[in-house]
Amino acid sequence: MTPTDTPTSDTSPIDPAAAVRRPTGTAFTRALGVASLVGIVWLVLFGLFLSPNDASQKAGVRILYIHVPSAWLAYLAFIVTGVSSAAYLFKRTRSLTWDRIAGASAEVGVLFMGVALITGSLWGRISWGIFWTWDSRLTTTAFLFVTYIGYLAVRGLGGSHQQRARRSAIIALLAVLEVPLVHFSVKWWRPLHQQESVAEGKLSGLMLFSLFVGIVSFTLLYVWLVLHRQRVLAMEDSLDDQGLDQALAERRAEGAQV
Amino acid sequence: MSTWRIARLIAAKDLRIEWRSRVVTNQVLPFAALVMVLFAFALDNDNVLTRVAPGLVWLATMFSMLVLVQRAFAVETADGALDALQVAGVRPGGIFLGKSLALAAQLAVLETVLLIAAVVLYQAELQASGAVLLVTTFAAATTGLAFVGTLYGGLAAGAKGRETLLPLLMLPVVAPVLIGATRATEAAFGTNGASSSEGWPWIGLLILFAVLFGAGGTLAFGSLIDE
Repeated sequence: MTPTDTPTSDTSPIDPAAAVRRPTGTAFTRALGVASLVGIVWLVLFGLFLSPNDASQKAGVRILYIHVPSAWLAYLAFIVTGVSSAAYLFKRTRSLTWDRIAGASAEVGVLFMGVALITGSLWGRISWGIFWTWDSRLTTTAFLFVTYIGYLAVRGLGGSHQQRARRSAIIALLAVLEVPLVHFSVKWWRPLHQQESVAEGKLSGLMLFSLFVGIVSFTLLYVWLVLHRQRVLAMEDSLDDQGLDQALAERRAEGAQV
Repeated sequence: MSTWRIARLIAAKDLRIEWRSRVVTNQVLPFAALVMVLFAFALDNDNVLTRVAPGLVWLATMFSMLVLVQRAFAVETADGALDALQVAGVRPGGIFLGKSLALAAQLAVLETVLLIAAVVLYQAELQASGAVLLVTTFAAATTGLAFVGTLYGGLAAGAKGRETLLPLLMLPVVAPVLIGATRATEAAFGTNGASSSEGWPWIGLLILFAVLFGAGGTLAFGSLIDE
């Protein structure tokens, strides 16, 4: 361990009983949860019933109300992971909270990216007749998906919290390095591929509004999920610490009895 | 001791182990050749094989490289040698460069064998005009691959279930090398009427890749192997 990497445990292992009963919700996240729930009901109403069919894609356009927000959130989640990882590595802002935000955001991001890839390929089948095309945006997205699954695997490698945080932060920054390389190499690889635009000015007013509702409600859902997941991760860490403290105390007690 | 001297010593040590154990020559090279034969079974068409030969050379390189990387770190972790080096105060950047150098040397042997296999088995034709491009491609791609292999191999070395983690982490990262090196090699071979001038832009990508991961690896390796 390098000298600069002094343990900065901010999990405050105090009372095990209180930790067990401590819920992850606060007044803010409860309001946020209700807001995202309302937003999703709105999205269902607008996406499935109130918005009109597209002239060429027919009802297939409705997939976009899920697909576009998911893709947008997946990218946002990975940006948050990258920034939080950098914040962890930067000495003045080093805190395990950044590490947990990075981890929580990556988990939620992988989820949304999975949804984006599945809905995207279904939409592609309806409007292009194919599930997949080797477009640079699609390929980069698929690589991002696999890379962050790898990132989550690295988070699960074990070791101390600080080790996990440093290791996964470096992997996250290497992923930030990798993504543009993949993007541009795929772009050069298939330079003549036609530019497929998912939602550029082809949607009518009510359709755009449905898309807007989707993006807002999914963003609220993302923030809600990450906040809760981050708190659960903090509780897991403090449980780990307490387990260690308890084991140490037991061993010491054994020594005292002899 | 300078970083460069540490790197040379570690590379020499790794290559000496490989030279004496003959694991690379007796197991990894036959595996790579086997992969080339299996590709021929799967594709089952001489014209197709000639056309995709450059890509298959690089694909076989990457699969065999997984074995090489695991081997390179198995010799370190077996006796806790990596930890011992760190306790002894050896600079991690030097360890990284040394392991990369040894891996690059092994990869160079592997790629030469695969290239010969492509010429013999797939009727790929080497051209005199593409010779410079071919050598540059192999040098640049090998450097990048060695850096990435060492970086992720070091990370996975201390972990449980490392055998399964390494391909998941490493293969997405080396994808740009697969694309770039394949296109440049096609240009050098003249596959599909490609001229060797088409290959040079890809060399730029390969060199950029090697520089980025070389710098990143030298900086980050210490934190990654820290147990």
